[in-house]
Amino acid sequence: MNYSISIRAYGVHAILIEWPNHVKEDILEDILSFKEYLIHTCIDAKDWEVIPAYNSLTLIFRKKEIVFNKVKEQLQQWYSQKTPYIKDSFLWKLPVCYDASFGIDLKETCDVLNLSMEELIKCHTEKEYTVYGIGFLPGFMYLGGLGKELEIARRASPRPKVEKGSVGLAGKQTGIYPQNSPGGWNIIGNCPVPMFNPKEEKPCFVSVGDKVQFYRIEKKVYDLIKIENEVGVFNIEKSKIHA
Amino acid sequence: MLKVLKPGFYTTVQDIGRIGYLNKGVPVSGNMDANAALIANQLLDNRDNAAVLEITMTGPTLVFEKETYISLTGAKLSATLNNKPITNNKVYKIYAGDILSYGKLLEGLRGYLAIKNGFLTEKLLGSRSYYYPITKERCLESNTTMVYEKCSDFSPKISPLRLKSLLGENVIKVYKGPEFYLLNDNQLASLFSKEFSVAKENDRMAYQIEENIEGLTYSMLTSATLPGTIQLTPSGKLIVLMKDGQTTGGYPRILQLTEEAICILAQKKYRDKLSFRLSVSN
Repeated sequence: MNYSISIRAYGVHAILIEWPNHVKEDILEDILSFKEYLIHTCIDAKDWEVIPAYNSLTLIFRKKEIVFNKVKEQLQQWYSQKTPYIKDSFLWKLPVCYDASFGIDLKETCDVLNLSMEELIKCHTEKEYTVYGIGFLPGFMYLGGLGKELEIARRASPRPKVEKGSVGLAGKQTGIYPQNSPGGWNIIGNCPVPMFNPKEEKPCFVSVGDKVQFYRIEKKVYDLIKIENEVGVFNIEKSKIHA
Repeated sequence: MLKVLKPGFYTTVQDIGRIGYLNKGVPVSGNMDANAALIANQLLDNRDNAAVLEITMTGPTLVFEKETYISLTGAKLSATLNNKPITNNKVYKIYAGDILSYGKLLEGLRGYLAIKNGFLTEKLLGSRSYYYPITKERCLESNTTMVYEKCSDFSPKISPLRLKSLLGENVIKVYKGPEFYLLNDNQLASLFSKEFSVAKENDRMAYQIEENIEGLTYSMLTSATLPGTIQLTPSGKLIVLMKDGQTTGGYPRILQLTEEAICILAQKKYRDKLSFRLSVSN
């Protein structure tokens, strides 16, 4: 189906296409399908950068100034005639250690949410989360689909330093800090798999539209995975979503 | 090799930036005053993407260990070569053992030092621009060494250049951003008639503006941001994202600086005055 989209200039080197202001999988799918259609049949992909997030697609063209009205008309036409274009996306299973040494806010979070630790971990690991955007920091995923029972306000004051790999809860979101960073999320565990590696040709294995599910590991396994990652023998469990 | 005796306040390696990874959350980085850096490279007949040093406010002291040529552009930082004053926008021959140092900041904020064929630091994701933790370094430190090619024979073709300096400019030209349409008459009048100044919070990530305008309460979903984007917060703060700025944000993107305006702003420091002028896009 086609949504009512708005196309607006974003300076002279970028264009913003916006879908209705909702966090919905159908909308994200439409955005990603249009993105693939554009890249494969409409624009010269090496000259454009295309950034999907939640309900928007930002197109950047650095070579020269965009003639907005012309491109807008063209985009509207492409959108109305687009054919479904599905790119493989993946479900990534990521290990999380909920040990108290990592989950520095775990106890407090359980108290606020009125859950036992076991219940909280069960809720956090049973859902598949959708990657609605990547930003804030290199490799930081905006994950949607958190259960209502895990919604908790940000901490009153952010910490100056949250450890790399920390898994947190804030509002309707959960996520992993890909590097040491200041942050205000409630930290409940740590993921030993690095979300970003600048030495790799593909520095971040996750793309917008993928899904992520966490599974619980003990501290011993956490240490082992860390070592396996360092020597490059750890394989992240993944499966295709659109087979 | 070039060796750092003193690092200066905040000196980084920069090139035209890390292009193509915005969808993974990686800022573009690169020269804040791209215009000045380009001129520095052109003077040496370098490729546009050759890595230069971006020198902020207080310059480093550097010793060169082999022959080459250098040029300085951007902010006026009272540079000396072996204790003799040298000027911007000229090519200087360097011999082994020469020492470049900097003195008082006279005008602007960011100076550029280009070297024949560029600094050959590690390239990560297609760029040498420092951005921690993509590069291990945040900025130069004492005893950092950097590799460059020896060059003993180069005749500058376009030196000295007569250049239009952007340092004295304080009009920031902007295009409409995607949420420009949300602004009311009061906000528009403030933006384009008042004089503003640079807040203390200004760095390679963002420049905050000291004076607030009427805020904008609008709930939008996180979406892409670019260098030069001006966000308006609910409390009325204007935040101009710069080269190391976050790639996504949740505040309305009301204005977008022209490429030249980013260069002009990059030379502004705390309390410097500026005003915004709306440009019409095509």
